[in-house]
Formats: sequence, C-alpha cells, structure tokens
Amino acid sequence: MSDTPAIELRKINKRFGPVHANKDIDLVVKKGSIHGIIGENGAGKSTLMSILYGFYQADDGDIIVDGKKVTISDSKAAISMGIGMVHQHFMLVDNFSVLENVVLGAEDSALLSGGINRARSELKRLEEEYELRVDPEALIQDLPVGLQQRVEILKALYRSAEVLILDEPTGVLTPPEADHLFKILEVLKNEGKTVLLITHKLREIMAATDTVSVMRRGEMVATRETASTSMEELAELMVGRSVLLRVDKKPAQPKAPVMEVENLTVTDSRGVQVVKDVSFNVRAGEVVGIAGVSGNGQSELLETLAGIRRATRGTLKINGETIDLGTSTLDAADMRAKSMGHVPEDRHRMGLINSFSEYENSILGYHRDPAYSKGVLMDLAAIKKNAVAEIEKYDIRPPNPMLKTANFSGGNQQKIVLAREIERDPEVLLVGQPTRGVDIGAIEFIHRRIVEMRDAGKGILLVSVELDEIRALSDRVLVMFDGKIVGERGADADEGELGLLMAGVEDNNKMAVEGGAL
Amino acid sequence: MFEIVILTLDSTVRLSTPLLLACLAGLYSERSGVVDIGLEGKMLGAAFGAGAVAYLTGNAWIGLLAGMAVSIGLALIHGFASITNRGNQIVSGVAINFLAAGLTALLGQTWFRQGGRTPSLPEGGRFRDIILPYAEELRDVPVIGGIYSELLSGHNILVYAAFVAVPLTWWVLFRTRFGLRLRAVGENPAAVDTAGISVTWLRYRAVIACGALCGVAGAYLSIAQSSGFIKDMTAGKGFIALAALIFAKWKPANAMFACLLFGFLDAVAIRMQGQKIPGIGEIPVQFFQALPYILTVILLAGFIGKAIPPKAAGIPYLKERS
Repeated sequence: MSDTPAIELRKINKRFGPVHANKDIDLVVKKGSIHGIIGENGAGKSTLMSILYGFYQADDGDIIVDGKKVTISDSKAAISMGIGMVHQHFMLVDNFSVLENVVLGAEDSALLSGGINRARSELKRLEEEYELRVDPEALIQDLPVGLQQRVEILKALYRSAEVLILDEPTGVLTPPEADHLFKILEVLKNEGKTVLLITHKLREIMAATDTVSVMRRGEMVATRETASTSMEELAELMVGRSVLLRVDKKPAQPKAPVMEVENLTVTDSRGVQVVKDVSFNVRAGEVVGIAGVSGNGQSELLETLAGIRRATRGTLKINGETIDLGTSTLDAADMRAKSMGHVPEDRHRMGLINSFSEYENSILGYHRDPAYSKGVLMDLAAIKKNAVAEIEKYDIRPPNPMLKTANFSGGNQQKIVLAREIERDPEVLLVGQPTRGVDIGAIEFIHRRIVEMRDAGKGILLVSVELDEIRALSDRVLVMFDGKIVGERGADADEGELGLLMAGVEDNNKMAVEGGAL
Repeated sequence: MFEIVILTLDSTVRLSTPLLLACLAGLYSERSGVVDIGLEGKMLGAAFGAGAVAYLTGNAWIGLLAGMAVSIGLALIHGFASITNRGNQIVSGVAINFLAAGLTALLGQTWFRQGGRTPSLPEGGRFRDIILPYAEELRDVPVIGGIYSELLSGHNILVYAAFVAVPLTWWVLFRTRFGLRLRAVGENPAAVDTAGISVTWLRYRAVIACGALCGVAGAYLSIAQSSGFIKDMTAGKGFIALAALIFAKWKPANAMFACLLFGFLDAVAIRMQGQKIPGIGEIPVQFFQALPYILTVILLAGFIGKAIPPKAAGIPYLKERS
C-alpha cells in the first residue's frame, strides 16, 4: 500500500441556485481503506460524490486522483480514472439482462456479441474472486434489490474500478442483505480496492469503516479514525450544536390524552416494516416531540396518523373515538374532519401547490368547509377575507393573497401552511419539520405559535430531525430508531443521551420507558 | 377468387409500405425515449420535397435524398425542441404536423401554381416497378405463379427496402452497441448517463434515423406510389403508423405485421367500395378507415395483452438534483 491517497479533494464548492450544497470541502481517502462519509439527509454527501463521479461539476476546487490533479467533466472521465459508483437509486435498465446492463457503455466494439461474451467470462471470474453471485442472463426486474445492487457493484468492477463509491447502499436492503454487503466490501478492501461508503446510519459506519468523515449542512466538519471515535461523538457532530434555540414557555399543564396510538405497525411499498409496534399518547396541553435521525420511521408515522398512508395494524383513539388503523379507509380529509390538523414535513410536495395563489393555498384541504363554499362554488370573498386575516396575524410577507406561493420565501410559505392548519383550531396538531429551510426570524415566530397552541390546551405531536428544536419545544421527547420508539425523556433531556438513543444504542432505562409511554 | 385474394394482398403490400417505413422511423425515435407524433408532418414534408426535386431534376434518387433531407430537417427541429430544450414532445410534434401541412401547400402553390400539387413527374423521376427474374415465365403456374409474379414481383425498390428494413432494424436494436444504448436510453437515461454515454447525442442520432426513414416513407408516396405530390397526400398515414407502433409494442417484427394488417384493412376498404355484402348491405368505407384506430384503442384498453411503452418515453432527461 503506497502512501499516495486514492482520492483527495481540496476546497470543493457547489451551489444549486441559492443553495450552497458543498462548502470548501476537503477530503483525503487512503488507498485500500473503507472510508465512511456520514451526515444527515441534505448534508451534501450525495452531491459531493456525484462531483467525484462526474455527474455534477464543482464550481471550484481541486480533485486529485492517485496523486494527479484531474478534471472530471463527465462520468466517462471518472470511469477511465478507475472510479465507480453505486447510486442510491440504481442506474439499471429494468428490462435488460444482467449482462446487457454490465456491458452498457463498455461494449468493446460496434457489434455486441464480442463484448457480451467477454462480459460473460469476466463475470464468472469476478463471481469467484469476490463471491458476487448473480445469474448473468436474468432480467433486472426479476431480481430482488439486493442482487440488483450486486449488479451495480459488478458494473463498476467490470470497468476495473479501483475506487468504489456506494451512496446509501443499505437504504433498500434488509438487515441480512446489508450484512452480506459489508462482507463484500471487506473482500474488496482485502483485494486492495478503496471504498467510499455514504450513509446516515451510525451503526454501519462503526461496523464497516476504517475512517469516517462527518458532513453537516454542506460542510465537512470532522474526520476521525473509526476505531478512536464513538457513536455518541459522531451523532453530536452530525446533528451539530447550531444556534441554541430558546423558546420562552411556562411548564406544560397536560390534561387528559387527546390522542392515543397503540401497536401501530406500518409497512412501506417495498414490504419493509418502517414503523414497528409503536404506542404512545399525546395529552391536551403538551407538545410531544419525536426525535430521531431521519429515515427511522418518523415520516411514515406522521403520514399514517394524517391519513395519507395506510397502516398494517394499530389503533388510534382521538377525542374518545377509537379507529382501527389496520382496516380504516379514512383519508386525509376525514382525519382533518376529526379535528386533527397536519403540517406536512415537505411543504413543497404536500403542504402547498406552489403555482396557486396564497389565498387558494390558505384553504387547501378545507375547500369543502361550508365557511368557504356555496354549493359547488367557492366563496371567494370569504376565502380572501380569511387569507387577509391570516396574513396579518402570522405576519406573512409580502402581504398579498393574490401572489403565487412559489414567490414567497421558505419561512413565509411555512407560515401559510401553519396558519391554515392552526386557524382551523384542531384538537390535535401533527407538525413535521416545521422549520426546515426557514430563516431564524420565522423559526422563532413558528415556535411561539406552537407553544401558544399548546397553552390553549391542544395536543401537539412534533416530528423533527433538528434535536435543538425537539428540545426547545417538547414537554416529552420520544426517540425513534429503526421504526421503534426506543426511549422517552422529559423536557430537560440531556443532548448526549438523546444522541445515543437516536444512534440506536440500547436504552438501559427501558423500564421507565414502558412505564412512561402508556 | 384466388386472383382476388392475390390482388388484395398485392395492394396490401403497396399500402403497407409507407406505414411500415414510418412505423420503423417512429420505433427508433420512441425506443430512445422521444415520442414522435410528428411522423405525419415529416412524411408530408418529405413527400413534397421528393416530388418537387424529382420533378425538377428528373431523377428519382435525387428526389428521394431531398425528401429525406426535408424529413431529417424537421426531425432535428423536433430534437432541438425536445432533447436540447427539454420541451413537451407532443406539442413539438403537433407543431411539426401543422408546419408541414401549411408549408407544403404554400410552397407548392407558390412554386408550381397547380393548387398545391407538384407537376406530374417526368420519366426517370419516379421509381419504377421491378420485375423479378422469371416473373413472366412463371405467371401461369398455379398458386406459385400468382404469389411470385403478382405478390412478390412488380414492386418498386422502396417496397423491398421497407421490408428489408425490418430485420435490419431488429439487428441494429438487438445486436449492435448503438441498439443497446438506444434501448437503454429509452428506458433509463440516467443509467446511460452514469455509464459515461451522452444522452443528448444518442437521442439525436435516434431522431435522425427516424427522420431518414420517414423521408423514405414520404418519398414513396409522391415519387413511387404516385407520380407527384398532392396536397395533404399523407392523409393520416403518419398517425396510423404511430398506432401500428403501439399495436406492435415497439418491436420491429410486430411492426411489420401491424402495418400489413392496417394496409390490408385499407386494401379491403378499397375493394369493398360500392360492393354489397349479402345480408349486410354496403359497408361504409369509413368503417375500414376507422378500424386501425379502433384496434389500437382496444389494445391500449388492455384487451389484447399490454402495450408498455419505453419507460422514459416522453420525459425530457434532466439530471436530478440530489
């Protein structure tokens, strides 16, 4: 093993419009090592790797491969430098055979037969060398995702990749498949290959890597030897101690539960259980926060309660009414009618229609409400009057109900959604990522509104990946990991302790959790 | 009776040829992910270009090249709109249809002053029928004579070219590097991009191949099947070719059978004109003209298997922001 790093990045910058996805990134990857890059969703990991693979071009900065400064203008250049990438969403042609996919782009000559035959014998060799077994004639669409991923790895090896980038490789895998993948990576490493493993899962970093770099909000914040760091330290580095958010609030005066969830299990479209037998309640006059690294089932939990996603089983008691979620056909409108407001996690995808004007968005989902409609017609006068009132009360700027919501800033867009849901005065409010991509001023305003609602005796369920936000707002904190609630803490919870729970480190206080959750 | 069958099949071949050429043209484009509703317009433009140039030069081959050039030009406009500028492919295709319909009539009238037609072609300006060896000698042999001398012999070169293009297209698609990449880019352009291949250049090549074949289809109409261009002479053949493409599930051999079927319906419609069928009476010719579309709708509704288009068809390729 020589000392020249396999890959070195110096001061890489990348902007997408106003978003600074990568800020002055430095990275050194040792040859023949497994190097992990960890960070939350949106931290800029995938962007950085896409730059290395030539899918995007950096705005500035240097890439040094094998000691030589290079320009990677497209994926072809990256491949020729021995860089291969397994993308998060597989880059495979579903109705092609494994062979055809492997050969695509590396066909040898204008006629296929030669390349296909070489690939067939080469695959056999790779299969023996790395134990990457897969039927070369099988169609991709007939293979399980674990094998599809193997095809992606084979594709890279076929192009004699020396550096293999894997972007969130375990996201689609079952735990045994993931274990098998890590064994493969170990074999690759022993054969002298360099592996870059991108993930937001701490456990994988600890299990598989030699070195780990942490990214947060587009910046590279630290690089550690995996052996000399801990999940706790990494969790802290990942989440960061950003602006310390403080919200003035009196102690909660919780009353009877307004929402009780029991044994809720949710399975996603891939057939993977994403929420596993979760039980908790929310009382009137309290904010219950759900903390967790994103992708641990919080989003699915929220969507299920909001009526957007179907549960496998579980019951929901709301305002004394019991609903069997396993069989219910209640949709989002029905749940709203049961006095449950929902501020979705992604305002662009679910909260707003950005090509609609502000006043139209201000009644989205409530357009059948008699207050805003007359028979089949909308009562535009009433809707606009309401919109103007909300604009004033929530200080939405610019104060123009006719403007398309696309033209409002993130903070003001979020206020529009929040105003719509809070002003319908629901008994329970589900809030997801209320301040994602929102400026500091709006964050304070939004937090104050949520606390006011709590003080008015409503129950609030808050899901956020910002630990500071959870700690600032919540009266009780539930931590979700791998689809389960792994711990409950009070409002004064210690950050390090929560970080450990979020990382999936076993809770030694389990009895207290079970006592407190019910 | 046998003679009627042979004659009907003979005209089936003639009527299928432009459909088949246009259908294969569409196949190249759509397999690459570029939906092409502008086959009609490209055919019409090519028919006019071929008719006008063949008249002026008196050379059918130069006419053919001119037709192909016009069609490729229109295809490049479609490519520029839908590949480079990532525009809506349906809108661009419809625009090309209107452009061709208007421009051919206008230029035809301005240049030749014959109500939008081109003048009748001189000798040499039109593709002649080719008599296969021994066709005359074998004419009187029962069955074989009819098939060989009537059905197989006596077509112009473009007819033979169209049917040779079927196995050729299959070979290109499934046996060459270009074909593999073409099929891949129509299914998952991101896979092609990450394999280090230019999606844009690949799609442009597909669109050019489409234009070339469409050009032959158009030239066939004006300088092989008839002797000169007539306003709106494609009369919806581009759309029927598109229907045949869907009917064929984007496969070359299927495309040939679909086009032969639609050509046969057309031939029957012509033969049945004014004829009464006992017990039913006269079948309106419109019924036969509508049949290709009706069959396609039935297919799309899922009654005859499932027609699954290339997955990326109609979707402009844009590198996603992660």
